[in-house]
Amino acid sequence: MNGFQSLMQEIGRTFLEKVAVFGRGFLFILSLFSAMPSALLRVDLLMKQIYVAGVLSLPIILMAGLFVGMVLSLQGYNILVEFNAEEAVGSMTALSLLRELGPVVGALLFAGRAGSALTAEIGLMRSTEQISALEMMAVDPLKFVYAPRFLAVVIALPLLVLIFNALGVFGGYLVSVSWLGVDDGAFWSQMSSQVDWHEDVVNGMIKSVAFGLLIAVVALFQGVNAIPSSEGVSNATTRTVVHSSLGILGLDFILTSIMFN
Amino acid sequence: MTEKTEILIEIKNLTFSRGSRKIFDDITLSIPKGKITAIMGPSGSGKTTLLKLIAGQLQPDSGEVYVEGLNVHQLSRKKLYQLRRKMGMLFQSGALLTDLNVFDNVAFPLREHTKLPEKVIYALVLMKLQAVGLRGAKNLMPSELSGGMSRRVALARGIALDPEMIFYDEPFVGQDPITKGVLVKLIKTLNDSLDLTSVLVSHDVDEVMQIADYICVISEGKLIAEGSKETLQHESTGYVNQFIKGLPDGPVPFHFPSVSYAEDLEASRKKGGLI
Repeated sequence: MNGFQSLMQEIGRTFLEKVAVFGRGFLFILSLFSAMPSALLRVDLLMKQIYVAGVLSLPIILMAGLFVGMVLSLQGYNILVEFNAEEAVGSMTALSLLRELGPVVGALLFAGRAGSALTAEIGLMRSTEQISALEMMAVDPLKFVYAPRFLAVVIALPLLVLIFNALGVFGGYLVSVSWLGVDDGAFWSQMSSQVDWHEDVVNGMIKSVAFGLLIAVVALFQGVNAIPSSEGVSNATTRTVVHSSLGILGLDFILTSIMFN
Repeated sequence: MTEKTEILIEIKNLTFSRGSRKIFDDITLSIPKGKITAIMGPSGSGKTTLLKLIAGQLQPDSGEVYVEGLNVHQLSRKKLYQLRRKMGMLFQSGALLTDLNVFDNVAFPLREHTKLPEKVIYALVLMKLQAVGLRGAKNLMPSELSGGMSRRVALARGIALDPEMIFYDEPFVGQDPITKGVLVKLIKTLNDSLDLTSVLVSHDVDEVMQIADYICVISEGKLIAEGSKETLQHESTGYVNQFIKGLPDGPVPFHFPSVSYAEDLEASRKKGGLI
């Protein structure tokens, strides 16, 4: 009975801790949204953060987009050519990229590149008392540190996904038209007839905005709640990548089932 | 307090715990205006926590902290931030913003809180850096500074907005004797020339004794002594005497509590030890 009691206590304690984390997270999101107007007014801070999160993520997004598009069209061509439908490789590449791979792979890479950096930066700012110093200088860290970074992530990711998609289509073009000899006109015309602005492009963008929100909330929350030690910050950084990656995949399934069903 | 002085900060029946550990247990103390008050105590006695409680960064379990007659923990966020503009804080690590150079760090509070033209900010920042002797380092990044220099830059930043009170969190820890001497001189000079109220949290007895007008000693969550440095220096018995003179044994024993040495040896013998 004693063992059972302690087990129940342990389960109860863990459950309460998890609920408290969710509660803190929810309050944190509310406070972030309340700081949005002032973050929008501080264009200088926002631009700097968009540069850090977005522009500095460009190399990885450009390379990844190009290679994903190339691989997609190569695989697509090998299957489609059996049915004499290799002209459809353009539309297949574009649809896969716009609907799924662009937002998902882009967001996964972005979480690893920018989300982890964000958590580490905030965690270290806390452990080196920079956040406390800001508070003591009567500068609200919510408005000065957290909100501009949140907004920058939400703005940067959809733009990066657009670039990822464009590079992916270009990579597909290189492989299928320049290398494998698919007809140039058929490649583009099939693509433009098959891709729907609202269903494919807009839905993909909605996904990337949702993933941006998710990464921003997870990265900031982990940074703010990191234990201020080197181990604590490293754990928080790992958690950011793991939680946001799993979150992206789970959310993608939910969004896909709503959008394309 | 023996003489009649104006009180700037008043702490009344303050209790604060971290988890099950009581950091402060019903502490009451007053900090006079225009003086250098030192809060002393051994490591881990919660001195930094006390500064954070005064500045409203932490909430007490019970009790009140009044700064200029305002209850810090009942102020709205806006009012608290207004009050903090009158406070400067020198953190132990300096806590400079690592992505800004020395000049921009000192200019930071001026740019955030005033609409002064850049020319005026430039002149003000140079003036503050001159006061701490680091005008020549204005283009360096925080990573290029030594610990002592970081603290001096942080001090320049702390006085950028001409605060009424300034808090020093362990300013002498880990500093060489020259830097300690510089910091002692700076704290004293700034306090006198800017008409500041300084609150100094430290366990460096020698340095504190040189500059403090008033000293409070806290230990195990209680205020155990307060008075001028002369009063405390003449304390010949008890914990304060041990602390001020740095004696290895006294009310704080040299040995960690345990069973008697003989019993330990006996136990070791029974286990087949060497003895």
